Amino acid sequence: MSESTNLKEVLESKLPGVELAWSEFRSQQRVIVPALQIAQALRALRDAGMDQIVDITAVDMLEYPGATDRFEVVYLLLDTQSGQRLTVKTHLNEPDLKLPSAYPIWIGADWLEREVYDMFGIVFEGHPNFKRLLLPDAFESFPLRKDYPVKGRGERHNFPIITRAES
Amino acid sequence: MPLDLIESPDLDAGYREGLWTLNFGPQHPATHTTLRLVLKLDGETVVEAEPDIGFLHSGFEKLAEVLDYNQYVTIVDRMNYISPMANEIAWHHAVEGLLGIDLTPRCKYIRTIFAELMRIHDHLLCTGTCVLDLGGATAFMYAFNEREKIYEICERASGQRFHTSYTRVGGLLYDVTDDWVAMVRDFCKTFPRAYRDFAGLVMKNRIFVERTRDVGVLSKADAIAGGATGPVARASGVERDLRRDEPYLAYNDLDFDVCCAQGGDCYARFQVRMMEMLESLKIIEQAIENLPSGPVFISGTGKEGLPDKTEVYRSIEGLIHHFENIMPNRQMPSPKESYYGATESPNGELGYYIVSDGDFKAYRARTRPPSVLHFSLFNRMIRGCMLSDVAAVLGSINIIAAELDR
Repeated sequence: MSESTNLKEVLESKLPGVELAWSEFRSQQRVIVPALQIAQALRALRDAGMDQIVDITAVDMLEYPGATDRFEVVYLLLDTQSGQRLTVKTHLNEPDLKLPSAYPIWIGADWLEREVYDMFGIVFEGHPNFKRLLLPDAFESFPLRKDYPVKGRGERHNFPIITRAES
Repeated sequence: MPLDLIESPDLDAGYREGLWTLNFGPQHPATHTTLRLVLKLDGETVVEAEPDIGFLHSGFEKLAEVLDYNQYVTIVDRMNYISPMANEIAWHHAVEGLLGIDLTPRCKYIRTIFAELMRIHDHLLCTGTCVLDLGGATAFMYAFNEREKIYEICERASGQRFHTSYTRVGGLLYDVTDDWVAMVRDFCKTFPRAYRDFAGLVMKNRIFVERTRDVGVLSKADAIAGGATGPVARASGVERDLRRDEPYLAYNDLDFDVCCAQGGDCYARFQVRMMEMLESLKIIEQAIENLPSGPVFISGTGKEGLPDKTEVYRSIEGLIHHFENIMPNRQMPSPKESYYGATESPNGELGYYIVSDGDFKAYRARTRPPSVLHFSLFNRMIRGCMLSDVAAVLGSINIIAAELDR
């Protein structure tokens, strides 16, 4: 196991003048990066040794008490050599739900980004094969958004019934 | 067809047109569950494979937002149903991390034993069906015979064979009994013999080795950048195991080795799984002999843990305690934070990213399923292999569609 790097210094030197909000909870390090600088930040972190993308996910903050932004996109990064982890978050608001794809940085981002789009409607630009992952292509809603009901819109019982003669 | 030609982006358009498209699945015996592959074939060589998933999508993550931390355990059971208890342990590991709960030693040891039993359980199915898909039905039966014993151990502890729902925040549904301990001891005694029979049938079987060696190779660089974890990554030479690197439960007290291989092919993945079963057995043997006594729930009359059932039914204090834990308007508050907790599940890093808004249920609970990342690398593994290798590669990465689609 090699020594863990000081990621705070790395990010601050690579992104001078950018406002980064660092926090810690139960010894898990988190940083909030503005959406415009996210690609630069992720690339800098990869170059600093964070060689694995553990997960990319999003949270709809619509009903979260005290939240000001609509969506939070979360990148969980890992350094497989030292075991160091970092959570990178960025905030997005409608109608501008676009982020640069992390696929050129880690190939593991491929399906993770497609799933975030599938569930939240956040578009990742520069992804080589960008479409829905789990739901059918014709599906119109984004079910993990908070304004999508647990039961209702887009559910099977609302689909038009096709008779044998029409099929 | 040589690999470098396949990988060149400006593949002759005429050549591409001449490729044959084959649908593999969603109902094919080798897919085990419902997943579909669209294969582009040049003769019998796979030029490109595009997985199409989502047939089993059931909105588990949406359900996590309406069920509380104890109720959702019945849902995580159904994700990787090959090793249900491993999911439960991972889920409550993340929840307890968020709430800052430290378990009792007895609970830690019981969970560790179950986590390792589940690893054997999962690996037996994966290796067994991998051989079955390649035409060896006998070894599969040997593996399933042992799985049956683990089902019985689960049933004795929780009352359920399959979807056990055994863990609770801060403890376990029931404490284990002495005859459960005897059953685990008995399993430890009989398993090595069954393992020898199974391994002897397969490990040096020429047909099996030739069908899996150098097939579906995943390079170390791709394994790391692609987010591969668990046996798939370790077979490609990534020496990482959360049980050793980020010890949780009782793993700090126990002695075991991290099993690695270098080949990155189907045979290496098979080998890693076979070796891990013996390591798991070693862990179970140590843990069952040193099983601490004491309560399985964290102590105190606070809202952290559920009270014992005998207390609930026989005293008013116990009933009140139970009520305070169960009623939605009186449950334990959780910090308004986000937390990622991960465990080494049989398939790889199984983590839950939980965002809490202060209630005893998640505002958002994201599952980080190892299968998704492994299956997204499938195209890289299969390119240049033969059509008949598809079953070998699918079997070696152990794709569970319920976990893949959630």
